[in-house]
Amino acid sequence: MSSIFEYAPAPESRSIVDVAPSYGLFVDGEFVDGSGEAMKTVNPATEEVLSEIAVGTEADVDRAVKAARRAFTRVWGPMRPADRGKYLFRIARILQERAREFAVLESLDNGKPIRESRDVDVPLAAAHFFYHAGWADKLAHAGLGPDPRPHGVAGQVIPWNFPLLMLAWKVAPALATGNTVVLKPAETTPLTALLFAEVCRQADLPPGVVNIVTGAGDTGRAVVEHDDVDKVAFTGSTEVGRSIARAVAGTRKVLTLELGGKAANIVFDDAPIDQAVEGIVRGIFFNQGHVCCAGSRLLVQESVHDEVIASLQRRIGTLRVGDPLDKNTDIGAINSAEQLARIRELSDIGEAEGAHRWQPACELPDRGFWFPPTVFTDVSPAHRIARDEVFGPVLSVLTFRTPDEAVAKANNSTYGLSAGIWTEKGSRILAIADRLRAGVVWGNTFNQFDPTSPFGGYKQSGYGREGGRHGLAAYLRSTHP
Amino acid sequence: MSERLAVRKTYKLYVNGAFPRSESGRTYEVHDARGAFLANAAQASRKDARDAVVAARAAFGKWSRATAYNRGQVLYRVAEVMEGRHAQFCEEVAAGEGLSGGRARAVVDAAIDRWVWYAGWTDKLAAVLGSANPVAGPFFDFSLPEPTGVVAVLAPQRSSLLGLVSVLAPVLAGGNTAVVVTSRARPLPAVTLGEVLATSDVPGGVVNLLTGDAAELGPWLAEHDDVDAVDLTGAPPAQAMELERLAAGSIKRVVRPPAEEPDWSADPGTSRMTPFLETKTVWHPKGV
Amino acid sequence: MTHVLDPGTLAAGTRPGPGPGTPFDDVTRSDAALRAFLHGLSGVDQVGAEQRAATLGTRSIKTTAKAWAIDTAIAMIDLTTLEGADTPGKVRSLAAKARRPDPTDPSCPAVAAVCVYGDLAGVAREALEGTGIHVAAVATAFPSGRASREVKLADVRDAVANGADEIDMVIDRGAFLSGRYLEVFEEIVAVKEACGGAHLKVILETGELVTYDNARRASWLAMLAGADFIKTSTGKISPAATLPVCLVMLEAVRDFRAATGTQVGVKPAGGIRTTKDAVKHLVLVNETVGADWLSPDWFRLGASSLLNDLLLQRQKLRTGHYSGPDHVSVD
Repeated sequence: MSSIFEYAPAPESRSIVDVAPSYGLFVDGEFVDGSGEAMKTVNPATEEVLSEIAVGTEADVDRAVKAARRAFTRVWGPMRPADRGKYLFRIARILQERAREFAVLESLDNGKPIRESRDVDVPLAAAHFFYHAGWADKLAHAGLGPDPRPHGVAGQVIPWNFPLLMLAWKVAPALATGNTVVLKPAETTPLTALLFAEVCRQADLPPGVVNIVTGAGDTGRAVVEHDDVDKVAFTGSTEVGRSIARAVAGTRKVLTLELGGKAANIVFDDAPIDQAVEGIVRGIFFNQGHVCCAGSRLLVQESVHDEVIASLQRRIGTLRVGDPLDKNTDIGAINSAEQLARIRELSDIGEAEGAHRWQPACELPDRGFWFPPTVFTDVSPAHRIARDEVFGPVLSVLTFRTPDEAVAKANNSTYGLSAGIWTEKGSRILAIADRLRAGVVWGNTFNQFDPTSPFGGYKQSGYGREGGRHGLAAYLRSTHP
Repeated sequence: MSERLAVRKTYKLYVNGAFPRSESGRTYEVHDARGAFLANAAQASRKDARDAVVAARAAFGKWSRATAYNRGQVLYRVAEVMEGRHAQFCEEVAAGEGLSGGRARAVVDAAIDRWVWYAGWTDKLAAVLGSANPVAGPFFDFSLPEPTGVVAVLAPQRSSLLGLVSVLAPVLAGGNTAVVVTSRARPLPAVTLGEVLATSDVPGGVVNLLTGDAAELGPWLAEHDDVDAVDLTGAPPAQAMELERLAAGSIKRVVRPPAEEPDWSADPGTSRMTPFLETKTVWHPKGV
Repeated sequence: MTHVLDPGTLAAGTRPGPGPGTPFDDVTRSDAALRAFLHGLSGVDQVGAEQRAATLGTRSIKTTAKAWAIDTAIAMIDLTTLEGADTPGKVRSLAAKARRPDPTDPSCPAVAAVCVYGDLAGVAREALEGTGIHVAAVATAFPSGRASREVKLADVRDAVANGADEIDMVIDRGAFLSGRYLEVFEEIVAVKEACGGAHLKVILETGELVTYDNARRASWLAMLAGADFIKTSTGKISPAATLPVCLVMLEAVRDFRAATGTQVGVKPAGGIRTTKDAVKHLVLVNETVGADWLSPDWFRLGASSLLNDLLLQRQKLRTGHYSGPDHVSVD
């Protein structure tokens, strides 16, 4: 398809963000030096170093936990719940006010398209604070008994795929329920968390209620294993989740885990094909496929396989890969060299195992970490690309003939986070949704999120829910008998 | 006229709706509270545990998809059938736990009533624990509780009937299937409960009762990849941490053991059902 | 990147006629067969379609691309007046505007067509003689379509005789909504025949069909009957042209060409008032059916006030400062 209609580059201005040359840890309301050797955070689209980031050691984490404990005992715990709510409302408003700044910074640090950080990550993060703010003085109505109590200090470790949004998913419910927080952002994407620290200061949030300790795996481990942490919440890989579950075994700490996935996106022959194709694209290419609930396994009914794949390929041909700050970009940069290597490795294995790789002709920038949107057809359920979480823009296509076979194949995974079903037949949606072992099932849509809607997995995708009334349970001790 | 010589019962395992001996051929002696011999119980092995998990997995599909009304009736039927064996349970509980006749009766009454309590829960869970979620978009969005799957239960060591029912019935009420390691020293009421389950309407495999040693079987169950959750209530305290670590391997849901065995006569609330329930959220567009 | 508009190139497209023996010949053999076919088309999920259209609406066009888009949009306009108060004078002034939309700037392209009621087609024809600008006339008892077939056909023949080379007909929505698809089909076939050499645009009036499923079915029905263009609306019913309905119709022409080899044009009409709206439609075309449709031969914008907004934006691009309504002509 020759194009006489090309979009001019429409880069979002970077000038709105002011990235400091270095950042400390945010402890007890102040930015302080970290004791570890500082690390660098880079823009994955250019490999440019954005800033030097402090690395928290055990001693730093200990200071943060002590600050959180103090704040819990003296300020945040005893505070009138309505006032806690008001602080959260303030935070929500400031996030909205500084939305553009957060969006640009998120795209710079993470590599995701500005269209997504602007239209999804940041508005949803603000919405999460707004939603949970309202809960603060209504916890007696949450179905957890007349006077549910906070755990105390929550240690939270979040991933790099939705840095600010995952922060919001963790911090908002923790604060609304009266807990204080020590948060460890992902190694490669600390910047929006540090900007969030500034938001806490603008909101006059009491010192120590939110502490942000940057660093890598060791820092996260120190948070999780600290004796005075009462509650651990983790989002990330199943492998790390496993080690965290082991680490908290035998302690009094309560744990929630939001881990990996290998979601089936099931397309029946009576699906609304154009919307299904959009849903497939949204399912696997949203956020470069760096999404735990990505629809990475397309299960398409054999009778429409060719039609769906042809439409899908035509649609993928219109995806724009490139500068994350360009408002017209659909697919941005892979977050890190390490992740890019993993995507390449699994894709190569897919080809070696006999699956057929298809990628559209697309020019990738010379610098930075890039991977084109990729579709594997002729995938067998035994192939690794049908079983392992790639966490990249790589779709594996499998087929089925009957609803029973679709369900059996969809459930044939150690994960159980999400699934999609596409059919115009309402009763079929409900019947299949019933039988899928997955925590979130999207019927005729995919990758929708909302603070009111509980999110979380079955099986090895983790336990506990985030969002909705259900999400509060993770941060409260029930006073039911 | 001389007294009639009693016909004694052989106490066996209850697996997949049948009463096998342990595949290992092992038994162990069960004594009453004063140390007198009561019976030989089957001592389940890791292979018995493995078979029990297979049975529980096979039974899960049908039991979890039964209507809540149906599950409620099945659990209520258990109470009905237990009532008919009231005297036998009293005798076994009294002997095993060293209780007076009156205390034993109270325990058996409470155990039966506990089934009734949970029978009434099956069709309330979705209303109480579910939700319609007012998302900011044109979608119908709802969340429902669903069973976790196969639950391995290390039953309480002291309370051999009321404690057992208190940990087993909530697992079943939510639609899970169970593999239970019963009180090691006091297994007899559990075996009799197995007979009740076999003759009520509980499908084979939904409940599997293993008499034996939680310390021996616990690790196999905690590490079993096809077990979805473990209730460590009756785990040996010194072993609990290790069992939780093993359970982490497949991200099992874990109920930790209490510091000491609770008073099982207290109102159970929902806290023994919710650990074995998953929340499923379903989205669907609203359009014409 | 080149975005130079050459109106000559755009106007010189050749139209492949509907190929003989399409794979769908048999679907119009009976009411039942046509119904089965139309109801067998893939459904449209409203929420998904609207979400897709909204996402495309966020595409950002700047500077050179925008200049190209504005000129392209101008060249795609069916400049329309469809009032009871229309007079030959009004039509002549509209024709003048059509020829030279911006009198201060000769580089501004002419519009694609002037669209009027059939009785004024002759006035338009005369005023546009030799310009290459088409004369479109609405017909078939526009806008309601409530008249006998004979009257509708007479209306068409009259417009063609008056000099219209494009006919914008309305489908019988009553018949469509009550499921008499074959009747609607046959009427379009009859109108097409009455058109002779004039090109036929079939107005679906999607605001009255209400659902996207209906919009897709009506699109197929019209294409099967020989429409050269399918058009969203009369402009007399709200909602008129919307991005999602245009998306659904573009998907239909895309699929129809894939199935038959015949390319059909699309014309959203009514409600497109700003440059931003127009650009969104062009983006929609580009991403849904591609560059093949990005010419006045295959995509038109039925509008009146849109032209002035395009001209204001055009002046802003040229001069670097904002213009005002006194700098474009009132028609």
